Amino acid sequence: MKKMIKYIVADILQSRIMIAYTIILLVISFSVFAIEDNPAKGILSLLNIILFIVPLVSIIFSTIYIYNSSEFIELLVSQPLQRNAIWLSMFAGLSLSLSLAFLLGSGIVILVYAWSATGFIMLASGILLSNVFVAVSLLASVRIRDKARGIGAAIMLWLYFAMLFDTLVLFLLLQFSDYPIENSVVALTALNPIDLSRVLILLRIDVSAMMGYTGAIFRDFFGSTSGMLIALAMMLTWIGLPAYISTARFRSKDL
Amino acid sequence: MISVKNISKRFGKFQALDDISFQCERGQCIALIGSNGSGKTTIIKTILGMVIPDKGIIEFEGKSIANDWTYRNDIGYMPQIGRYPENMTIGQVLDMISDIRKIPEKSLDQELYEAFRIGNLLNKKMGTLSGGTRQKVSACLAFMFNSKVLILDEPSAGLDPISSEILRDKILSEKKKNKLVIITSHILSELDDLVTNIIYVQDGNIRFHESIHALQRETGEEKLSRVITSMLRQEDAKQNGVQPKALKDQWL
Amino acid sequence: MLKTTQNIVLLLCLWLTAGLATQLLAGTIRVGKMRAIKSIRTGIGIAKSGDTVLVDKGLYREGNIIIDKPIHLTGMQRPVLDGQNKYEIISIKSDHVTVDGFVVKASGQSSMQDIAGIRIYNKRDVTIKNNILEDNFFGIYLQQAHNCLITGNKLRAHGKAEHLIGNGIHSWKSDSLTIKGNRIEGHRDGIYLEFTTNTQVRQNTSHGNLRYGLHFMFAHHNTYTHNTFSSNGAGVAVMYTHHVHMKNNIFKDNWGDSAYGILLKEISDSDIENNRFEANTSAIFMEGASRVRIKNNIFNANGWALKIQASCMENQIEKNNFLGNTFDVATNSSLVLNTFDSNYWDKYEGYDLDKNGIGDIPYRPVSLYSMIVERFPPAMILFRSFMVTLLDRTEKMIPGMTPEQLKDSTPAMKPVQL
Repeated sequence: MKKMIKYIVADILQSRIMIAYTIILLVISFSVFAIEDNPAKGILSLLNIILFIVPLVSIIFSTIYIYNSSEFIELLVSQPLQRNAIWLSMFAGLSLSLSLAFLLGSGIVILVYAWSATGFIMLASGILLSNVFVAVSLLASVRIRDKARGIGAAIMLWLYFAMLFDTLVLFLLLQFSDYPIENSVVALTALNPIDLSRVLILLRIDVSAMMGYTGAIFRDFFGSTSGMLIALAMMLTWIGLPAYISTARFRSKDL
Repeated sequence: MISVKNISKRFGKFQALDDISFQCERGQCIALIGSNGSGKTTIIKTILGMVIPDKGIIEFEGKSIANDWTYRNDIGYMPQIGRYPENMTIGQVLDMISDIRKIPEKSLDQELYEAFRIGNLLNKKMGTLSGGTRQKVSACLAFMFNSKVLILDEPSAGLDPISSEILRDKILSEKKKNKLVIITSHILSELDDLVTNIIYVQDGNIRFHESIHALQRETGEEKLSRVITSMLRQEDAKQNGVQPKALKDQWL
Repeated sequence: MLKTTQNIVLLLCLWLTAGLATQLLAGTIRVGKMRAIKSIRTGIGIAKSGDTVLVDKGLYREGNIIIDKPIHLTGMQRPVLDGQNKYEIISIKSDHVTVDGFVVKASGQSSMQDIAGIRIYNKRDVTIKNNILEDNFFGIYLQQAHNCLITGNKLRAHGKAEHLIGNGIHSWKSDSLTIKGNRIEGHRDGIYLEFTTNTQVRQNTSHGNLRYGLHFMFAHHNTYTHNTFSSNGAGVAVMYTHHVHMKNNIFKDNWGDSAYGILLKEISDSDIENNRFEANTSAIFMEGASRVRIKNNIFNANGWALKIQASCMENQIEKNNFLGNTFDVATNSSLVLNTFDSNYWDKYEGYDLDKNGIGDIPYRPVSLYSMIVERFPPAMILFRSFMVTLLDRTEKMIPGMTPEQLKDSTPAMKPVQL
């Protein structure tokens, strides 16, 4: 399995899209910090990139890669290998590659320009989000046989997590603004890994505003150590659950 | 060696296999024949564990293959379309599969590797290869580990005539080593002199499963294509009393 | 002519000599455990006007000490006056009193009376300096005091709840005070002025008080400079006052829903200049403020730099630096009666083609989402999401909800040099 992962990672890292992704991240991250004389503003600009590009590339790239590897996966299945091992190797290969690309593209720049707790949270968020969206893409591609529909589903999922979900939350907020809904909002955000990462960073860069009445509720929850641990646990669930379900489905999937 | 017992498989509304049973033994070379979508590939895939049957069991040397994967150590498989990760080199693919098989390099069967001159291409990326070269790589992988069973899905598709001939010789020599070979092919002529048994699959059922000698005797034909045509005519005549003339075109 | 001048000089000399003479004549009464006079009360009792009562170090539990004649009460090595949580410790009921160098601690507590560590009753020219006031209900209480100096005192209390603790320096109906270089911690309001006029509040530090670091009402013509107000429960609140001058102060770390760098309520004809507002939930909250000039201030890393309510008018906001605030300006009104000029906004994305240092297109400091958050505070949790960014961008291009006229037409391209 280790060797399989190694070859998959090597294969992915050599793909042009992956190299382009890394370089684009590097250029954007670097220019964001180079242009802004204030690292806090750099972090802010980078936040949007991490919440936007990283999930998008992770989910689309993984989905396409899985579909393009279907014959290769068949070949692997014909070999004396456990199906779990094959699927988890694909997952590990994709996760490692995308995390590495992010680390090289944005991580180093963050560490150089923003050596702070916020920077670390950002770095961790980027890596966790890469993994979450690889896991989600595995789930989509194991359930949908057709490649075009699978990629379509991946784009829809991304759109949902990146935009529709927030729109929905905003709608609910406005609808139920007469009720004390702050706690429900906290629970809601935990259902979206992108929001979870965003709120964790928001609590640091907009700490003054977040100390307002409702902000304080969010802060009390996510700002405490236990809150951070819960957030981390949620993120790991977002990785683990889709990975687990997709592996279970792959085990009985007809290729 | 491999016994398939009452296998059924449905893909949605489509009944791909309908209560199929057969038995294969060492030393046999079995041709799986049938029209497109008849279920040949599905049979191969169930044996390889790629497709999991709804009903029935498959035994490999007396043991059920359900939830087992070790039996595949004894199978060499050549897929119909061999596609590999684009940025892996041939060398890496061979290396990786060898690593999975955990067979020492000395006992690898390098015959096809040398015959196809794969050695010169080791650093080529899979994405840059022609279909034929990829087939050669697939063939190498199937025969490399001296497996007791060889399953070849359309082995000659995309191969040039010379390579086809090399592969055919290789199959023959493996057959002589008392191995079980299962082949599907559209080109019946290339199966002449190669196969010992024929399984004819139609609409998810086995129309017949006979040894080539029995068939030749029964039909009085020599060539495989003729044997089968005449077999099908006889069968249909027996069942319906009519002669469906379109059948021949279906697979020729 | 010459004669008159000579007379004046002569008179002056005489007057000076007389002054010196009283000084020299004034006696010193020493109080201490090892001395003949062991109690401060006795010391004060035998002192004459202008005398100095010099107190040795040690612990004095004398209940309420009343100073009813113009004397200097001076502590040597900070003697401790302990009110045993029962008494008002020093009551000043005479003009020209100085209290210098004591630790005044543990005054009584009452919800009926304003018991203080040191209290001035309707007197003038009192100096209270270099004292440490620990754990008192009210710290220094000035009641109708005039021309007094409160300087170099350190006040610390450990209030648990607002109604269980009084203010640090509390002034009511006073005039011409100087409150300078004091440090106040843990009281209800750090400095509280009511009906107090012509007063200078300088170089004080008001930190970690339960309610306001500085609080005044009906306190006209006062000047506040070089003070630091930090981490107070609700920041600074100034109300119903005109002609206030606030310069070179620092307002920072005032965090909370109703915490403000400064809350301006019904303030008019005032200046807020050269101050620094850092990391406050709201740096300045204005309600009913008019003709206030906010100039050359730095607003850095605040949640909201300015919250301007509909009732504000004719305020000028010019040449300030807005840096790294979550929201620069929020308002609940679409009517714009205040002017913004030549400020530096770090969120400004315009250009300066003619290179004159002024952006060529106006900056609109109110974002759509700040208005949504203003009305639905929990919406804050969606801030900086892609959807919100998109909303704000769209609004910037086609303003619909945000006040059209609220803009800085001459935004600075570089931070204003201060």
